[in-house]
Amino acid sequence: MDMKRRNLLKIAGMSAIAGVAAPSALNLLMKGNVQASSSAGHSDSPSDAHGEMPAEKPTGVRLGLAIDVKKFAENKGLAEKCVAACHQIHNVPDFGNPKDEIKWLWIEKFENLFPDHSHYKKNEELHQLPFLAVCNHCDDPPCVRACPTKATFKAANGAVIMDFHRCIGCRFCMAACPYGARSFNWRSPREKDANGKLKFIKDLNEKFPTRMRGVVEKCNFCAERLAENLPPKCVEIAASAQAMYFGDMNDPHSEISKVLKTKFTIQRKPALGTLPSVFYII
Amino acid sequence: MIEKALKGNQGYWTWMIFLLSIIGVGALCYVQQFNYGLGYTGMSRDVSWGIYISQFTFLVGVAAGGVMLVLPYYVHNYKAFGRITILGEFMAIAAIAMCLMFIMADLGQPTRALNVLLHPTPNSMLFWDMIVLNGYLFLNVLVGWVVLNSEAKEVPPPKWLKPFIYLSIPWAISIHTVTAMLYCGLGGRHFWLSAIIAPRFLASAFAAGPSLLLLIALILKRVSKFDVGETATQKLITIISYAALLNFFFVGLEFFVGYYSNIPGHKHTLQYLFFGLEHDGHMYNNLVKFMWISVIMGFASLALFFTPQTRKNEKTIMIACLLMFFSLWIDKGLGFVLGGFVPSPLDYVTEYYPSFGEIAITMGVWASGFLILTILYKVAISVKLAKES
Ligand code: SF4
Ligand code: SF4
Repeated sequence: MDMKRRNLLKIAGMSAIAGVAAPSALNLLMKGNVQASSSAGHSDSPSDAHGEMPAEKPTGVRLGLAIDVKKFAENKGLAEKCVAACHQIHNVPDFGNPKDEIKWLWIEKFENLFPDHSHYKKNEELHQLPFLAVCNHCDDPPCVRACPTKATFKAANGAVIMDFHRCIGCRFCMAACPYGARSFNWRSPREKDANGKLKFIKDLNEKFPTRMRGVVEKCNFCAERLAENLPPKCVEIAASAQAMYFGDMNDPHSEISKVLKTKFTIQRKPALGTLPSVFYII
Repeated sequence: MIEKALKGNQGYWTWMIFLLSIIGVGALCYVQQFNYGLGYTGMSRDVSWGIYISQFTFLVGVAAGGVMLVLPYYVHNYKAFGRITILGEFMAIAAIAMCLMFIMADLGQPTRALNVLLHPTPNSMLFWDMIVLNGYLFLNVLVGWVVLNSEAKEVPPPKWLKPFIYLSIPWAISIHTVTAMLYCGLGGRHFWLSAIIAPRFLASAFAAGPSLLLLIALILKRVSKFDVGETATQKLITIISYAALLNFFFVGLEFFVGYYSNIPGHKHTLQYLFFGLEHDGHMYNNLVKFMWISVIMGFASLALFFTPQTRKNEKTIMIACLLMFFSLWIDKGLGFVLGGFVPSPLDYVTEYYPSFGEIAITMGVWASGFLILTILYKVAISVKLAKES
């Protein structure tokens, strides 16, 4: 009898401990995703959500981008210019076929960028606008959560960036990204022709690394330019037409904060709770 | 003990050479892929996982299926499984070996695979998958080998082995659950974002694994003196039938949720897989015929298993096992993974066709698995037959 009771107590005690520990262990597990994302700690918001949209907390720096789509429509060719400049300075290869395609910034139609919006009797103008597609630098990025090596991680300023040397090319992040923002090097972008010239990178930027085959890549919010206090290349080009705004969304005095407060903006697939940091002004 | 694999009749050696030649072709193609990159395959930006990962997913199930023998035999002391349980454990070893090979074949930078260990990342399901798969491999090698060794020496298995045997049971469940979690936790992919994926995976695993096992056991009966026995055969048929029914039931539930709720995201992939998806004036349906073949094979197999005459006849049992195995292979080893990429997050439809080299590598990995399986079974059966004679 005694033995049995003691065992019972033991089991009861153990399960109580397990019961208390489980949620916090789970929390810890989920935090791993935040921790992989640096110390800024501004992405712990999803845990506060109780059936509502997760709240975003203004702590630390969180870079954001607002794209004024109408301005791009008014300035014909501006979007194309941004794309070309981004791809040039980042040595994004052009393989000339959709199967191997790599892109960081590109132009899409409204219905492709926002597929869950209804298109009945669609607004003709809206569907002609050139929408720029780019990584959202999500505040709670599914790609970071999925990556088994921390090759994709969140920097202290909120940008989601990559370490190409650590990536094993499992492409879990590509399956996880709900925005199709990631590309894979299906073949070597460094391939040279008979004259020793790069075949797929026409205008090499010596200051930025080229990639090896077998790794994933995507927009890095121009981390290398931010380090020199320069804005992202696309933002610099769009500045003349006031078509893009960039800055710290957690700083109430920044230009982007003011723009977001005064203009109507939409985000891609907000229902997924990824908290995109890219906004579209329509 | 391993030297028993080196003695065999002509049929044995013909089979081994056949496997080795397929492995050889696969290895040559892998060298090409290694030098060129994964563009060697049919995968693309939109369909970023192909048959390597889908075979991997299916084979995790085959490995987990072994638990359907281990559980009754060791926990419920079901003696009829005495001769076949070791076959189940050894099949798990071969299946996990194939899983690991498929993962390596799918990596863009295979030489960096150890980064998963060097930079452990608990929030990534792939990290956990690697742990549970390698753990399961270890458990099965240990248990299978020690049990067989004691049998050869005609002593009961050592006591210390028991905890490992019991541990291997929940562990088998865990490998397929974690593999399901690779998919069902991805917010942007509606087809995979379903809480029923793990149970569905397990149900199909408990049908596919034992089907293959029973088929092999019946072949062994023809080519050697090894016979698993009528009782074990009938019990396995029962297990396969109910697990398969459960799997089809779960698939039916997916259809209900998609079509009754009428939510486009929940419907699109099912539509694409079973009826074809019309998109921008083009019909995309390259998997439709496979899916229906899978449905027909599955139900034909169930019909054979539930009809008393065909359930007793060894030939029809073998046909039913074959049908069931292929049905579930199409369902999980083809449709589940490939379908999930349609439509893409930007609402485009890209269809995937594996390249020849990719198919050759895939067949090479399967052949390697069968090679491992043949060696292990040869040893196991020699020991069992030696003991009995
Ligand atoms: S858009 Fe995709 S790649 Fe970019 S941070 Fe979000 S999940 Fe990651
Ligand atoms: S492909 Fe690279 S970045 Fe993406 S999840 Fe795998 S290791 Fe991480």
